[in-house]
Amino acid sequence: MAIEYIYPDYEIVRDYNRCITCRVCERQCANEAHEYLSDVNKMTADNAKCVNCHRCVSLCPTRALKIVKSDHTFKENANWSGKSIKEIYKQAGSGGVLLSSMGNPENYPVYFDKILLNASQVTNPSIDPLREPMETRVYLGAKPGRIERDENGRLKNNLKPHIKLSMPVMFSAMSYGSISYNAHESLARAAAELGILYNTGEGGLHEDFYKYGKHTIVQVASGRFGVHKTYLNSGAAIEIKMGQGAKPGIGGHLPGTKIVGDISKTRMIPEGSDAISPAPHHDIYSIEDLRQLVYSLKEATAYTKPVIVKIAAVHNVAAIASGIARSGADIIAIDGFRGGTGAAPTRIRDHVGIPIELALASVDKRLRDEGIRNNVSIVVGGSIRSSADVVKAVALGADAVYIGTAALIALGCHLCRSCHTGKCNWGIATQREDLVKRLNPNIGYKRLVNLMNAWKHEIKEMIGGMGINSIEALKGNRLMLRGVGLNEKELEILGIKHAGE
Amino acid sequence: MKRVYVNEKWCLGCHLCEYYCAFASTNEKDMARALKDIRIKPRIRIEEKDGISFAVSCRHCDEPLCVKGCITGALTKKDGVITINRDKCIGCYTCILSCPYGAVSPSDDGAVQKCELCIKTARGTPKCVEGCPNGAIVFEERGE
Amino acid sequence: MNSLKYVIIGNSAAAVGAVEAIRKNDRSGRIVIISNESHHTYSRPLISYLLLGKTDENRMKYREDSFYSDNKCEFLPGITVQKIEPGEKRIMLDDGRYESYDKLLIATGSSPFIPPVKGLEKVKRKFTFTTLDDARKLDSVLKEGQNVLILGAGLIGLKCAEGISRKNVRTVCVDLSQRVLSSILDEDASDMIKKHLEKSNIRFYLGHQVAEFNENHAVLDDNTEIPFDILVIAVGVRPNISLLKDIGGKTNRGIIIDERCRTSIPDIYAAGDCCECRDASSGEMKVMALLPNAYMQGECAGMNMSGADCVFDKAIPMNAIGLFGKHIITAGVYTGDVYHEADGENYKKLFYSNNRLNGFILIGNIEKAGIYTSLIREGTPLDTIDFELICRMPGLMAFSKEERASRLNGIA
Repeated sequence: MAIEYIYPDYEIVRDYNRCITCRVCERQCANEAHEYLSDVNKMTADNAKCVNCHRCVSLCPTRALKIVKSDHTFKENANWSGKSIKEIYKQAGSGGVLLSSMGNPENYPVYFDKILLNASQVTNPSIDPLREPMETRVYLGAKPGRIERDENGRLKNNLKPHIKLSMPVMFSAMSYGSISYNAHESLARAAAELGILYNTGEGGLHEDFYKYGKHTIVQVASGRFGVHKTYLNSGAAIEIKMGQGAKPGIGGHLPGTKIVGDISKTRMIPEGSDAISPAPHHDIYSIEDLRQLVYSLKEATAYTKPVIVKIAAVHNVAAIASGIARSGADIIAIDGFRGGTGAAPTRIRDHVGIPIELALASVDKRLRDEGIRNNVSIVVGGSIRSSADVVKAVALGADAVYIGTAALIALGCHLCRSCHTGKCNWGIATQREDLVKRLNPNIGYKRLVNLMNAWKHEIKEMIGGMGINSIEALKGNRLMLRGVGLNEKELEILGIKHAGE
Repeated sequence: MKRVYVNEKWCLGCHLCEYYCAFASTNEKDMARALKDIRIKPRIRIEEKDGISFAVSCRHCDEPLCVKGCITGALTKKDGVITINRDKCIGCYTCILSCPYGAVSPSDDGAVQKCELCIKTARGTPKCVEGCPNGAIVFEERGE
Repeated sequence: MNSLKYVIIGNSAAAVGAVEAIRKNDRSGRIVIISNESHHTYSRPLISYLLLGKTDENRMKYREDSFYSDNKCEFLPGITVQKIEPGEKRIMLDDGRYESYDKLLIATGSSPFIPPVKGLEKVKRKFTFTTLDDARKLDSVLKEGQNVLILGAGLIGLKCAEGISRKNVRTVCVDLSQRVLSSILDEDASDMIKKHLEKSNIRFYLGHQVAEFNENHAVLDDNTEIPFDILVIAVGVRPNISLLKDIGGKTNRGIIIDERCRTSIPDIYAAGDCCECRDASSGEMKVMALLPNAYMQGECAGMNMSGADCVFDKAIPMNAIGLFGKHIITAGVYTGDVYHEADGENYKKLFYSNNRLNGFILIGNIEKAGIYTSLIREGTPLDTIDFELICRMPGLMAFSKEERASRLNGIA
């Protein structure tokens, strides 16, 4: 037998006093970690196959299972962590780029966790959302610089097209292909019920989902998969994806094995061919080029849809955003380095990009300084984990946020970070029919609706506590924020005071 | 009237319904204790083949052949639920001969067994419905 | 509508089916039930289980004690109907009284056939085995270790053999047929069951008949002498058709009824073992003396008597019988091509032709037998299902996705 350098990360612990050998763990594990031994009527498990997705744990009717992190260690030290050692073993064995999924798991600062919210006391009394109206609705799009009137003095409608959201949250771009049909249906139905939007990602729009068009952002990315005039006109807005937080600077690759049936049809590429999204848009090398695409899309949709330009949060994000704000785009979406994805090279995921909090604060400031903040709305994503993150993002200047990972977790994702294997046991990041059916959209959409309604209640309570009764009034209201444990520079970039100041 | 409906589109073939069913018919509080080391004989059964699976249990038919054919009067229908008086049943299996769903089966004590919507064991939702992780078995009122 | 008066002659499954159906449509009309027995309605097939001790006289009641009062029936026990006067729409009872009717149901069942064997009158302890009184009488004289001769190795004879086995009697079965259960089993299946019964200490003389009886022994046609203490006669039953036949109603072996359970005489219906109707599996007119058919015919008659329009054309021969722990389920007719599987314990034969399942025999593993029954009853075209699969494994899987959806996710 070959030398096995890598010890399993997790151990499947089974309480044999509780195991009734119903074999649900075995049937539900696409990684085939569990096995039934008929001769002894006992279950056994192969830890090496376990990705710690908890499907078995969640379904075990007697709670006989748990997954624990292995306490096996390499002889690691502060410099050579077990992870580093393991990655070297892997690459020495495979010769390949390391792949992983979902967001950056490394120990970089999470600024949202170092920012605290204000509340009213005595003066400017707080507002009780159960008794008083509270506005969570927002409109995204370019705001006119001034009021215009006609020769009779009547107000001219010079409003550009807008997106209307019942709350400042949207489901971020996840393509049909990277996630399953049922996941898409769940997102689409939830968005429709909630009065918000979801995003097709770069996979085109399945014909079944055109009916949710009013609640759909259709994406145009570097591969232009699935893009045609009807597609562009079917959504409420169009998003040009220049970059994404999980893998700034690189393109995408959906292997040909996943380009089957409806996915091939929806993407408009032959079955079995790799769907390669190039790193850059090959027709965009400047803001002027971007402007051309923005206006091409507006032209194609008769100037009825706002255009979003989505970029990854990188070092010069403020300058880039300034350019985008002048390109004719109506909305800038910024994706922080913690943003998730179905599959990304580990090194890119873990080492490229900057935190969304800093990017947002600097973009908002730059646009205000330049007097062009009203040209665009700002949407941020890249690990918005709770309603508190939403409130903090809005106070830092965002008009709305994108959630991706949080939505998937609501659908059952356990962040096992194995999307790239295509064997998602929760029916989300997979196209295997038997796995896809595990996500029943009737249940999934309801869970998303629940999550968003819960957040909406919390948002109202938090802002009500500040004495604020609308998202508009919170937007960019940095006085409601204080930093803890941040240095001068960080506070300066965030534009907030330290707690106690 | 509320009925159990099964939608194979969402059935995962996980067989949990069978175990929850078997558990429901015991008087134990703990499933592990109730079902450890026994071969379960559930009243709901999964049929599966080539990636298709679905659960089959008594449909509580409007024209129940099992009740009409029962030679002892042990099977009766009341308030939409077909129940069995195990004391009367002598295990002749005429109901097994009659049921077009294959939803009546022999049991260990000689009487037959079938789904009774958990009315004898628990209140409210039948256990198979509660235990189905994917909404493939539902208990609901539908316009008929 | 004027209130109708329903008169039912008989008190078993067909009668009960009729009462329950009438009461669905008519809560107020009078129902009179006339029974020549004096018992609360009970299940006749249970008499062998009574002897076996698996049930008792209380539990073998076919419906609960309050059945007649719940359904507002006037129950006249222990009364025999002498004749029907269809012109006057009344019947004459054995006490000379008359009972008028608007709708009459004949559910008189059948009576055991007593073969004309020489010397039978010399046998003192001879019994038939179809009624509760038969069972009581037999039980009262039966003693451990006695020799019992059962004439007939059909359903009644063998169920009797099982019933009396509790008393450790020595049982011998004689039948003219070469096989046991020859009316419901094919040769191989009969053979299997015979061996099973022999293991349970039943001895058989098959292909023989009794030439002559003496008080305590029978002489077979090959001169074999079989001593016995008790004789049970179970060679078959004859439908009780005379009430209708006497007034010129159409009868054959049984009373002829149509698919609405009407006889040839207006306002007179018939149901149950006394009838002859179309066998949905073969198309032939037959007496199918089976409890489920009796109930459903009674129900159909009751529906039609009380104003509904109801058709019952799904009667097929079918049997579920257990003998000494071995279960047998059969239905339909045994013609056509054969699918066969068997091991020592289990036996399965399916008979099919012209795209239809005609009949089946299951022994041992009888699970989901009703799936096969429904194929016969509904005349399901076999090319619409996965017949190869259903042969091996009865189940809904063999049906089309749409059919499965309508059965499981639609209206039951």
